[in-house]
Amino acid sequence: MKRVYAKEEVCAGCRLCEIWCVVAHSKTKDIIKAFNEEFPRPLPRVQVEEFGSFSFALQCRHCNEPPCIEACMTGAMHREAPDGPVLHDADKCVGCWMCIMVCPYGAIARDETLKKIASKCDLCYGEEEPACVAHCPNEALVFEDRGE
Amino acid sequence: MKYVIIGNSAAAIGGVEGIRRVDPEGEIILISKEPYATYSRPLISYFLAGQVDARHMAYRPASFYRDTGVTALLGREAARVDTEASRVILADGEAVSYDRLLIATGGVPFVPPIEGADAGGVTTFTTWDDAKALKRLAPSLKKVVILGGGLIGVKAMEGLQAHGIDITVVELMDRILGLVLDKTASGILEKKLVQEGVTLRKGTTIRKIVPGGDGKVREVLLENGESLEADHLIIAIGVRPNLRVAADTPIACGRGILVDDAMRTNVPHVYAAGDVAEATELLSGEKRVIPILPNAYRQGKIAGMAMAGQESAYLGGLVMNSVEVGGIPAISAGLMNPPEEAGYEVKRFLDKKNNVYRKMVLKDDRLIGFILIGAVDRAGIYTGLIRERIDVGPFKRRLLESDFGVIDFPRDLRSYKLSTVYM
Repeated sequence: MKRVYAKEEVCAGCRLCEIWCVVAHSKTKDIIKAFNEEFPRPLPRVQVEEFGSFSFALQCRHCNEPPCIEACMTGAMHREAPDGPVLHDADKCVGCWMCIMVCPYGAIARDETLKKIASKCDLCYGEEEPACVAHCPNEALVFEDRGE
Repeated sequence: MKYVIIGNSAAAIGGVEGIRRVDPEGEIILISKEPYATYSRPLISYFLAGQVDARHMAYRPASFYRDTGVTALLGREAARVDTEASRVILADGEAVSYDRLLIATGGVPFVPPIEGADAGGVTTFTTWDDAKALKRLAPSLKKVVILGGGLIGVKAMEGLQAHGIDITVVELMDRILGLVLDKTASGILEKKLVQEGVTLRKGTTIRKIVPGGDGKVREVLLENGESLEADHLIIAIGVRPNLRVAADTPIACGRGILVDDAMRTNVPHVYAAGDVAEATELLSGEKRVIPILPNAYRQGKIAGMAMAGQESAYLGGLVMNSVEVGGIPAISAGLMNPPEEAGYEVKRFLDKKNNVYRKMVLKDDRLIGFILIGAVDRAGIYTGLIRERIDVGPFKRRLLESDFGVIDFPRDLRSYKLSTVYM
């Protein structure tokens, strides 16, 4: 399946991926409204890790054998197709953090803005290219099928 | 091929999904004593608290059995297995034959022999029916005593707190959640509970249950001499594997049903998974019952795939738990309380004011256990380090940092993780 891969050697650490991820998951899909008017504002589902001048962006890897799906006690974490993204049903989630306990990438966040739920990358499900990739100014994120 | 699964929780559902990955056609019959379509057992405390309604109890969508081609015999109890004739005998006498059998019967609550335990108002808390009964009773309850401050006791307590009931937890150990936390971590949560009005009695247990004139529990007497008034008592000291269907069969059992790394029992074509199974533990390599949901699902899936002819090895279960007490999240895994003797390296960070605590247990530069209280974000990175036995020597000084992440991994490991899908 197509996944997002990071190239740490060209990441500038600008965090535009985080910003555009928020916009892509907002109601209005408008950067000004998303940041100025919307409540709750979505959390970014991609996270830039930084150490000195060195950085990369990380989001859900959409594992072939996702530990988060195995550990999810409500069935909120799921896949619609064997080669589709790992998706999360906010309505079913109770915020037990079992997924956080098992994700080896630390790619799932706690969203406690309204009711407690997990928050993770959905590869901008339905879009041709995820927002983080589309808006990366230095091609430090690529969306490709590496046959995995 | 005809598959029979006894059970209907995480391991059984993992079994169905494992079988269907390999064999889309074979007949699957699922037998469950409870009358419900598969539901999330850990949600019973949320249901009791009124945070989750009946519809949201479902562990899989309503169309699950249809979509996966499963014939679900709900409300039917499997009484025993006849391994000679390869069939399961139900309590109502019907026999169901199998080519491959998965025993996923889970656990049953352990009730110790306490004088007066047959009084009314003494219950356990592991099924949806338990939660429903307690929820119906809740408006009339004033004082509830919970025997056991482990995971089940704490969950029952949380469910009851929502009803404004006066709760006392009686725990034999010197702390609540003693098996999954250490003294410091438990202390943080206990302080919060006491602030919320829960009464804790530690280092003691119940000696006698005294019924009132109506035959229902009225007071409980503790080993420490104290007497507690109670109009309900929940026994929550743990579960043990439900071995009933394996009794009087050649299926080998220790504490649970013994299985190899493909979840096979010693009897051909018979598999076991979940809380009933005694499988390999990751750190020790020894057989152990680890009754937690992630292990149950994974074991079920591996069993299902193996039953359908595709073997994938179980790499071993790891004790791990995520629980929230009084709004403070806690996650722990592996060995959190290493023995005193040398050889273990323990790192700790404590911020009492903000209820944040981190503890890392290392041996020979491998992480073997951790506890996170308060700030539990990215806990799975630590779980991954344990599972994969990564040499953390080069970055162990960073383990306790609040911004510890994948960036702290050595370059080769990091590149590998970022450029491939390894799971």
